[in-house]
Amino acid sequence: MLTKRIIPCLDIKDGRTVKGVNFIDLRDAGDPVELAQRYADEGADELVFLDISATEQRRKTLADMVYKVAEKLNVPFTVGGGISSIEDVDVLLKNGADKVSVNSSAVKNPKLINDLVAKFGSQCIVVAIDAKQIEGHWKVHLVGGKVPTTLDLFEWAKEVEARGAGEILFTSMDHDGTKDGFANKALARLSKELSIPVIASGGAGAVSHFTDTFKLGRADAALAASVFHFKEIEIMDLKHELKAEGIPMRI
Amino acid sequence: MKLVIIDYGAGNIQSIKFAFKRLGVDAELTDDIETIQRADKVIFPGVGEASSAMEKLWDSGLHDLIPQLKQPVLGICLGMQLMCKSSEEGRTEGLGIFDIDVIRFSNVVKVPHIGWNKIERLSSPLFNGLIDDFIYMVHSYYAPMCKETVASSTYDVRYSAGLQKKNFYGLQFHPEKSGKYGAKILENFLTI
Repeated sequence: MLTKRIIPCLDIKDGRTVKGVNFIDLRDAGDPVELAQRYADEGADELVFLDISATEQRRKTLADMVYKVAEKLNVPFTVGGGISSIEDVDVLLKNGADKVSVNSSAVKNPKLINDLVAKFGSQCIVVAIDAKQIEGHWKVHLVGGKVPTTLDLFEWAKEVEARGAGEILFTSMDHDGTKDGFANKALARLSKELSIPVIASGGAGAVSHFTDTFKLGRADAALAASVFHFKEIEIMDLKHELKAEGIPMRI
Repeated sequence: MKLVIIDYGAGNIQSIKFAFKRLGVDAELTDDIETIQRADKVIFPGVGEASSAMEKLWDSGLHDLIPQLKQPVLGICLGMQLMCKSSEEGRTEGLGIFDIDVIRFSNVVKVPHIGWNKIERLSSPLFNGLIDDFIYMVHSYYAPMCKETVASSTYDVRYSAGLQKKNFYGLQFHPEKSGKYGAKILENFLTI
């Protein structure tokens, strides 16, 4: 039986992990390679690296980091952040990334999704969607949720699927950072209306939030950052508890 | 030990190279027919779309070479699918090593099948010393159960997660991304 996935997300700036990480026995808490391997050893099913660098050398720095991670890591990982062309994706995949995620660039140029899928295959193209509710309607936002668009979340998600994306990573900006649970109603609707896997993101604060997002939100995978980085939730404990709730887990 | 990975532009070769490097073996990426013929072990990788991958094999003459190889050959993911008789993806003919047609999952389940699933009913030297466990899958098409099935998994239906015929081995999943368990499978391939 296919298991549900638990995915820690690491923010990367200039080749280093950004958020304070509370692993006391790490030699270098800013080293993405060491942190990634630690998460893999603890039972993470996949990892996501989100690059937030804004320097001119960012492409090369990110490619170098991807190479070093791929050299060590024996579970799959996705790289996202600022990816806007076939060349960007080509470099990351050649350096060993398993998947890439595109966000704003796909909204600005939806045909990019088709082009990437035609060149690299849908299995490695994740489309990340940030959305929040405006007067009761879920609207897609850009630039990490700062810039609203007129796009409806559900319509955009269906278009993304039709253009060939392999997965959708949905972040609710209403829930992100609240530690109050995932956007399960919207997730359940996405899951019902789409036939590709949906990754839930934004709002993880407790074990029960993961249980709910798999049961009520019907998510295929759940992504979180700070609860894992600050050791508020241990991945293996989480997986055992979810399994006890009847959710299929790789343990 | 001379290990080669067949290069036909089939994406994400780097993670397979790294997986063997972690086992202490340097794999050479090549499309040179003589180098492939002389190798002790051959990896036939692949991600992407079946019919365009087959076209590349035709263009380079590799479609003739691969079925005639005598040393152990391991097809991974799309590589395994191309070793079958045909694929529904792009309605393409395959290399015809395994006597089975690759078809698409039904719409009852989410496609692609992405994530960790269990492999079972293991019966090949590839799985020496291993019991049923989780491996990482990413695919939309599959080889149904057949007489060459040496491992199976279940998603929508029970299907072939591994195939073997004489010196030809195929894995639907990604051993290079399946943790220590996957590494052991690759190690077994090196010692066959």
